Amino acid sequence: MATTAPVSDVAAERRSARRKPPMLRARKPTRDRPRRSTLLTILTGIVLVYSLVPLLWLVINATKTQANLFSSFGLWFSGEFALFTNIRDTLTYGDGEFIRWFGNTVLYVVLGAGGATLLATLGGYGLAKFNFPGKSAVFAVVIGAVAVPGTALAVPTFLMFSSMHLTNTPWSVIIPSLISPFGLYLMWTFSAEAVPKDLLEAARVDGASEFRTFWKVSLPMLAPGVVTVLLFNMVATWNNYFLPLIMLRDSSWFPLTLGLKQWNDQAATAGGSAIFNLVITGSLLTIIPLIAAFLLLQRYWQSGLSAGSVKE
Amino acid sequence: MITRTRREAFRMAAVGGALALTLAACASGGETASSAPGSAAPDAAARMQAALEKGGELSLWAWDPAEKDIVAKFQKDYPKVKVDLQNVGTGNDQYTKLQNAIKAGRGVPDIAQVEFYAIPQFSITKSLTDLTQFGAGSLDKTFTSGDWGASKVGDQILGLPQGAGPMVLFYNKAVFDKYGLTVPTTWDEYVAAARKLHAADPKKYITADNGDSGFTASMIWQAGGRPYRVDGTNVTIDFANPGTQKFTAMWQPLIDEKLLAKINPWTDEWFQALSDGTIATLASGAWMPANLEGSAPKASGDWRVTQMPQYEKGQSVTAQNGGGGLSIMEASANKDLAYAFLHYAAVGPGAQSYADTGEFPTQNAILNSPEFLNAAPEYFGGQKINQVLSKAAANVAPGWQYLPFQPYANSIFADTAGQAWTSSGTTLEQGLTGWQDASAKYAEEQGFTVQK
Amino acid sequence: MAQALDTRAEPTAVLRSRRSWRGWGFVGPFMAVFALVFLAPIAYSIYLSVFREKLVGGNNFVGFQNYSQALSDPQFWEGFGRVALFLVIQVPIMLGIGLLVALAIDSGRLYGKSFFRISIFLPYAVPAVVAALMWGFMYGTRFGLIGNINRALGTDLPDPLQSGLVLPAIGNIVTWEYAGYSMLIFYSALRVVPPSLYEAAEIDGAGQWRIISAIKLPAIRGALVIASIFSIIGSFQLFNEPSILQSLSPNYISTYYTPNMYAFALSFNGQQYNYSATIAIIMGVVTMVIAYVVQLRGMRREA
Repeated sequence: MATTAPVSDVAAERRSARRKPPMLRARKPTRDRPRRSTLLTILTGIVLVYSLVPLLWLVINATKTQANLFSSFGLWFSGEFALFTNIRDTLTYGDGEFIRWFGNTVLYVVLGAGGATLLATLGGYGLAKFNFPGKSAVFAVVIGAVAVPGTALAVPTFLMFSSMHLTNTPWSVIIPSLISPFGLYLMWTFSAEAVPKDLLEAARVDGASEFRTFWKVSLPMLAPGVVTVLLFNMVATWNNYFLPLIMLRDSSWFPLTLGLKQWNDQAATAGGSAIFNLVITGSLLTIIPLIAAFLLLQRYWQSGLSAGSVKE
Repeated sequence: MITRTRREAFRMAAVGGALALTLAACASGGETASSAPGSAAPDAAARMQAALEKGGELSLWAWDPAEKDIVAKFQKDYPKVKVDLQNVGTGNDQYTKLQNAIKAGRGVPDIAQVEFYAIPQFSITKSLTDLTQFGAGSLDKTFTSGDWGASKVGDQILGLPQGAGPMVLFYNKAVFDKYGLTVPTTWDEYVAAARKLHAADPKKYITADNGDSGFTASMIWQAGGRPYRVDGTNVTIDFANPGTQKFTAMWQPLIDEKLLAKINPWTDEWFQALSDGTIATLASGAWMPANLEGSAPKASGDWRVTQMPQYEKGQSVTAQNGGGGLSIMEASANKDLAYAFLHYAAVGPGAQSYADTGEFPTQNAILNSPEFLNAAPEYFGGQKINQVLSKAAANVAPGWQYLPFQPYANSIFADTAGQAWTSSGTTLEQGLTGWQDASAKYAEEQGFTVQK
Repeated sequence: MAQALDTRAEPTAVLRSRRSWRGWGFVGPFMAVFALVFLAPIAYSIYLSVFREKLVGGNNFVGFQNYSQALSDPQFWEGFGRVALFLVIQVPIMLGIGLLVALAIDSGRLYGKSFFRISIFLPYAVPAVVAALMWGFMYGTRFGLIGNINRALGTDLPDPLQSGLVLPAIGNIVTWEYAGYSMLIFYSALRVVPPSLYEAAEIDGAGQWRIISAIKLPAIRGALVIASIFSIIGSFQLFNEPSILQSLSPNYISTYYTPNMYAFALSFNGQQYNYSATIAIIMGVVTMVIAYVVQLRGMRREA
């Protein structure tokens, strides 16, 4: 469900919003701010608590030792404050395999999500700005394919990749993540909205090649859309579990999700000691970069999501 | 990730704790088997020797931590050979990946760790190399007859056994003493002890069982049930036999009266329960001591081991729980060298090193060595546990067969038989019938002839 | 810069309707990779689905036999029924929470609304694996939060993973992960409604509820339809959460708990690649049909 399509939908909505009766729009807007409501804040606060308590639980329990983890109240600190020991142990456990997994994840995100964003941007732009043979078929095929469950593709993809010598290599994870149909859909509608046709015509008249026009004229206007697609592709790739689960057997190529699952299962392996404190600390470390990216890039993706703001 | 079958797949893996150290200390002089591949057929031996001298690379898939030491030792002895050891997953996870690689025709290792219960499955797909061509037939007296038999399908020798799991009863003496329980010698006494313990302290249970295919199969095995019969592609699956009924009749009351802790084995919760006395006994394979020491260290001094309770007083029947060894994949391009490693690992110096890490060995010579028999680990209060375990190894009832798709059958245990441990009202007997039917259905779909 | 270009563009504003292959220069790379990772495996799945390979007897062409078997396979239908139930209960709850919060934030009546917006969205950034592991810990009666509550209050709440409550427990995890995400979709759609509309409505004397039902909801109907379609696809493909919780609850989460898990177990445990491909194709077709119907309905209402 990691998708970006809603953005395009927003763009469409914006168009329909503009079609609202002129009577209403003609009225002179007043600028009074609505009253704050304590009751509404409290009611919404329930959802807030629901959203944050598990994260709080994660943070609190990342400060506990393995022994303390299961003998103390889950939602409060207890015993020795072991956060830093846990972090150190997480990073050094198993010859530093967590760092290795982290590096793999970054690799998959940079190449997978980065490549997916590039392909979706090019493709969406192409669909929006060109009339070419087979155009209508392209979208029908892409959207139809999205509904096929991942497992339908898993085994055939595995067998195919295997005969291409790609399984158990980073490529087996990166190549399938290069396709983000929703990103394509988003960039299509976003390009249609954000890049005026006259501008392109002007560039063409000036003799610029299509790709030059794209880089110099269109891409800057697509930036909020690109950042949004990139962020959501990042989440999708960062959180990818099913695909690497099938494709990789060598743990030195694992992304963080598979690695954490392996650590978690290790407790259930004869000879493997329980390291739930490291699973919990590792989980915390896994989500921090994503949360940081969302917080830092808030301005971009929020404007990307509200596609209309580009021109207003 | 299909972890449910993991539980029964760990049987042979174990870490060395103090026990391993004890063994290692006395093992230095105990060269128990020929360290060179000399016991093989002459020409095969020459081929192996040549392969070792020529050197090369071998890939090995195994999850058992003991293999690490063996590989290191081997590479030191034969520097021209490089063994690439990969842990691609435990038990069923590895078999799945192995099958995928076989199906894809690529990435199959030269050697893989294969447990006894999985050998028939890989045998059906002709994925394992018959080791008789290397003269492995002459090793029949090297290993215990049970382990040797489990490595064979018909006349073919499809692996060399490394670890065994004769079943014994571990019990927490501290709990037994506190509640005045006597060590059960029959299952009737066991059930009585379960009631007495739980009545005395509702937080304590005689054992933990939440439905486990490996444990259930071993219990049926001990009770004399032989639900599986395999003859080539003819398969019989029948849980309606007297042996199985003996087991279900004994175990059902424990479930009904909620005398079993519903804790999944190998979880942290399970080890905690083993540490703090919540679980008073454990019927398990002989590979368990190292696990207890490693993962329930707080209970040091509390646990003891004894023979399995019997259905009839005076008997001494037990079953195998887990166990397995190394096999050479048919797809291997360097079988001579692969066998040289196998021989080193299971017959040569590797076998002792395997035992040293706290695993339960399969070689008669090690099992009967005084160093092994006289080990008296502190964890077990100085009890000479290997004497008990070795005796159990000799009492494993013969005649058990696994299905040629046992890993799959185990993977659907919880779907069917596992319902007996839920609140669904399914009895153990009904659950096993469901397991039987689902397994038979699969067998038919796969083209086996199923006898009813 | 846009301004400067704009002026230059004016004299040559020509409508282009000429078809040319140039567009493929942009769409081509996407479609090439798409063909490799989507179309080829789908074609291969369809090919697989008309064969059956057995451990004994090899590979044979069986026509539609796999399909007829699947359609009368109680395990497939059990899983299907379960995700359908999940769909009709969990999806409305999740979208409902998302919508209510979006409306609350958009109303401007909350204290600290950007804190609400970002915090409620945060769980979306948590990998499903981590979410399932975390909730799995919290559900425990012995060492988890439920255990804490039971001990503190003397209650006897069951472990949701050791009882018939597994499906709601999974629904809760999925809701937790995605409610904030749907909130953000709805909120973004609401933000582009011109504020002048509301102000005008207020001057006309319309109350908040009237504004919501007459302006806001119609304005985000498209977003609702899209979110519903994604949720339908997501529900039918449910895999990660139950699959990770399975090790905690093997007797309650079967290998065919959801169609996706069934397809996975069939191929990766049972070597039944052909049947697995068949199940996946059927699920793909069903998902497409339902998503299409929802879309049609949504569009019709909008018109």
